[in-house]
Amino acid sequence: MIAIVDYDAGNLTSVARAMAHLGYDCDITKDETRIRNAERVIFPGVGAAGSAMASLRRLGLDRAIQDTFASGKPLLGICLGTQIIMGFSEEDGGTDCLGVVDGRTRLFSNKMTDAAGAHLKIPHMGWNRIRLSGSHPVLDGIADRDEFYFVHSYYPDPDHEDQVIGRTEHGIAFASVIGTANLIATQFHPEKSGRPGLTLLKNFCEWTPC
Amino acid sequence: MLSKRIIPCLDVREGKTTKGIKFENNVDIGDPVEMAKFYYEAGADELVFYDITASHEKRGIMIDVVRRVAETIFIPFSVGGGIRTKEDMREVLLAGAEKISVNSAAVKNPEIISEGAKAFGSQCVVLGMDVKQVEKSDKIPSGYEIVINGGRTYMGMDALAWAKRGQELGAGEICLNSIDADGTREGYELTLTELISENVDIPVIASGGAGKPEHLADVLTQGKADAALIASMTHYGHYTVAEIKSFLDSAGIKVRMSW
Repeated sequence: MIAIVDYDAGNLTSVARAMAHLGYDCDITKDETRIRNAERVIFPGVGAAGSAMASLRRLGLDRAIQDTFASGKPLLGICLGTQIIMGFSEEDGGTDCLGVVDGRTRLFSNKMTDAAGAHLKIPHMGWNRIRLSGSHPVLDGIADRDEFYFVHSYYPDPDHEDQVIGRTEHGIAFASVIGTANLIATQFHPEKSGRPGLTLLKNFCEWTPC
Repeated sequence: MLSKRIIPCLDVREGKTTKGIKFENNVDIGDPVEMAKFYYEAGADELVFYDITASHEKRGIMIDVVRRVAETIFIPFSVGGGIRTKEDMREVLLAGAEKISVNSAAVKNPEIISEGAKAFGSQCVVLGMDVKQVEKSDKIPSGYEIVINGGRTYMGMDALAWAKRGQELGAGEICLNSIDADGTREGYELTLTELISENVDIPVIASGGAGKPEHLADVLTQGKADAALIASMTHYGHYTVAEIKSFLDSAGIKVRMSW
């Protein structure tokens, strides 16, 4: 069974719907045991880091996520999930996060401009490309020209460059796909990114990390 | 760099899509779920549904449409029309919409914007604005006034001031509809779109008046819009989304060309 971690951080049914469309049943759950027993774990989320971390701790799920990573089972982070697997987030006055990946989640500067000098809006919302720095089984079949749907004001900034699988340009080239061992984490929403997003989800479901 | 979004808009009445020409003489053109699937596969970047069902009792029909659309397409879509309370918002978001849009309900009760933003996040809340050009005055310094009821009722509110207020209240995006241009197919209201886009920090979706791809190019460059709403130009088969995007791509406007 694939578990989708439910920690009161936004509407998780869109991930489950995309998975159902691909033919995979998911268990949207707050139950620590079910998460620990799942074959694969998806860690999504929409909202703010502070309340998300508070919910995870209250539900006892912070350790469950960390242990899932340590166990070697495939783990997929999406959006807020990706931001709070980092060590620390600048959101909500500074929030200690899960520390699965070393690094910080930072707020975009509101003074960024594009090449033509136009002011870049925050949140970074809409379709954008990813520039892959290498290959990864979960990104099989995804081309440079494919685009993904983003909605976020903060971005993950891993300490170790070898954990950055893909970058996206919005004023800066931020890490939009992070991967290490059995973890793959995206800042964008694969469940809202049409064909390439569904490809990524399907790859995740078939992935056996080595 | 973000792509400019092309967003087909589907008006839905009692579970069926319609397209109104200046909000009158609506004709039935199909099933919203089928149309959503068609546009998803055709390369639309997002979809907008407006529920124009008159009776509040029949809102359940729309919720069912939203649920079926959410099971069928995997791009964002928003739902507007008839959303008056935080509970209405919750129902639509839980049914699978990415965003909800409030228009006349927000004019009558601006707090609905902040309540929605607080409960569900700003990214979920789109402020829909119907606007008509009027004489500039002390009350309407921009010369653009907020209207409701399909343009029949003038609200005495300046469109620019309302856009800024909406942003302050927590709207994550503005869908700006020119009633003067709507249904004309003669192009978007560029002056209005540029005025609003230049004065808010949130994305602006231009709406009303699209008739040919050049109109989208104009509003996405000169009008400084982040996205453009289309309806009849693709609903009736005059153009495909791919044709519009190819035109924009050739004009040097970044759009999503792979789907």
